[in-house]
Amino acid sequence: MPNDDVKIKVRNLTKYFGDLHVLDNISFDVKKGEFLCVVGPTGCGKTTFLNLLTKLIPPTSGELYINDEPADPKIHNISFAFQEPSAFPWLTVEQNLEFGLKIKNIPKDVIKTRVERIIKLLGLEQFRKSYPHQLSVSSEQRIIIGRSFAMYPDLLLMDEPYGQMDIKMRYYLEDEVIKLWKEFGSTVIFITHNIEEAVYLAERILILSNKPSTIKKEVVVDLPRPRDFTDPKFVEIRKYVTELIKWW
Amino acid sequence: MNNNNLLKKGRRMGDLKYMILSVISVLTFLLIWQLLVIFGVLSTRTIAAPTQVLVTFFEKFYSTAPDGATIFTNIAVSLKVSLTGFFSAIIIGTPLGMLMGWYKPLDRFIRPLFEIIRPIPPIAWIPLTILWVGIGLGAKAMIIFFSAFVPCVINSYTGIKLTSQVHVSVAKTFGASNFKIFRTVGVPSSMPMAFAGIRIALGNSWGTLVAAELLAANAGLGYMIMMGRQFVRPDVIILGMLTIGILGFIFTWIFTKIENVVVRWRTL
Repeated sequence: MPNDDVKIKVRNLTKYFGDLHVLDNISFDVKKGEFLCVVGPTGCGKTTFLNLLTKLIPPTSGELYINDEPADPKIHNISFAFQEPSAFPWLTVEQNLEFGLKIKNIPKDVIKTRVERIIKLLGLEQFRKSYPHQLSVSSEQRIIIGRSFAMYPDLLLMDEPYGQMDIKMRYYLEDEVIKLWKEFGSTVIFITHNIEEAVYLAERILILSNKPSTIKKEVVVDLPRPRDFTDPKFVEIRKYVTELIKWW
Repeated sequence: MNNNNLLKKGRRMGDLKYMILSVISVLTFLLIWQLLVIFGVLSTRTIAAPTQVLVTFFEKFYSTAPDGATIFTNIAVSLKVSLTGFFSAIIIGTPLGMLMGWYKPLDRFIRPLFEIIRPIPPIAWIPLTILWVGIGLGAKAMIIFFSAFVPCVINSYTGIKLTSQVHVSVAKTFGASNFKIFRTVGVPSSMPMAFAGIRIALGNSWGTLVAAELLAANAGLGYMIMMGRQFVRPDVIILGMLTIGILGFIFTWIFTKIENVVVRWRTL
């Protein structure tokens, strides 16, 4: 991988909670505009891993670099689409999309253009003045995804954002994420326990081992898009990843 | 659509039916009261007939007997006192509660004092306030302030403590400073609770107003009631009581309207 392409560098990330060793010496790179999925067995510390990447909790040792600088939410644009519903109930759809941009003190006209773009891409025109609780759970999740992309983030982290959706809605939203990702060229780290989802979305999959987690294997997914769940190659990769998670 | 309209119409008819029932209940009550007075079952020395109260109400438009002020002066004085106390309590209490709930050192610093003051009944402050500031507007407003201040603080404190952690994390990952998170996440999310506190404060301040005026005043609705007792004018007493009740009702109504605008997202 040529070095100038690397956007995110994770070096020797280690985390202990007291005596509990959760993450062990994790290092990897993410290229600019890459879609990386992280999968692992249940309870392997995926969420801890994400919380470290967003700087919500400090690592025991190791560092995350964005553009070769230690990551700092105040300097870099980091977006996090959380697993649980995180749209602000007191803000309308439009205001929710504006929220992060306002925090970053981005000029008003830029905010307007970006929010319009997102609203159009997500087809939320008729809901722009609605409050989240007036929408369905899936629409609420779409606001969150939209809010994250609106930041034009250096790094976009997603923590099983579709965990609570039914399968049909999942497919639909996965396609939507791919659409947004292509449109904005964002660098994405997407955490999931759903292997099929990972194979469908990722350009590269990192497989975490059980606690203390390390990167067990890296799998490149070079299938053309849109991907087909029934494509023999797709099935082969899915089985391969499943085996890796099963046998540790 | 048609069905919907029918349903709405049906509901309106139902509402009307219940309203008629309520009106009948009040009228029956007034009628019985009136008859009891007319037939001498109740003495006019202890209670006035509803019609007499109505007459007194119109008389008090211009008459200053027996308390020395017209009804409008009394209302104005009482409103001035209660609103001064009430709004000072909101302006100081609500932000204080929120800041205490958000910033731990402030919480630790102020909370012990607050916990000492909290259980003291507001009217227990009356003697001290009279010593400090006499019986003017300031004294009464201060007593009302004590009654309204506590619920403002407690509710906004609890409200901001209940801020969802994931909302805080969202703002944090966007790079917001602690104060910015307080302002953009903590404050709006605590608004429904803060408003519930202000609603309690409104009731308290109106209730304490009478107590404050009963003990130390020279005009106002509470003072009017007290003078009514001294001059054995039950009509004046009842007029004062009803005026306080109706004004309280109007306040609650206005307040609900304001609340519906500010926390619109909750009511839609």
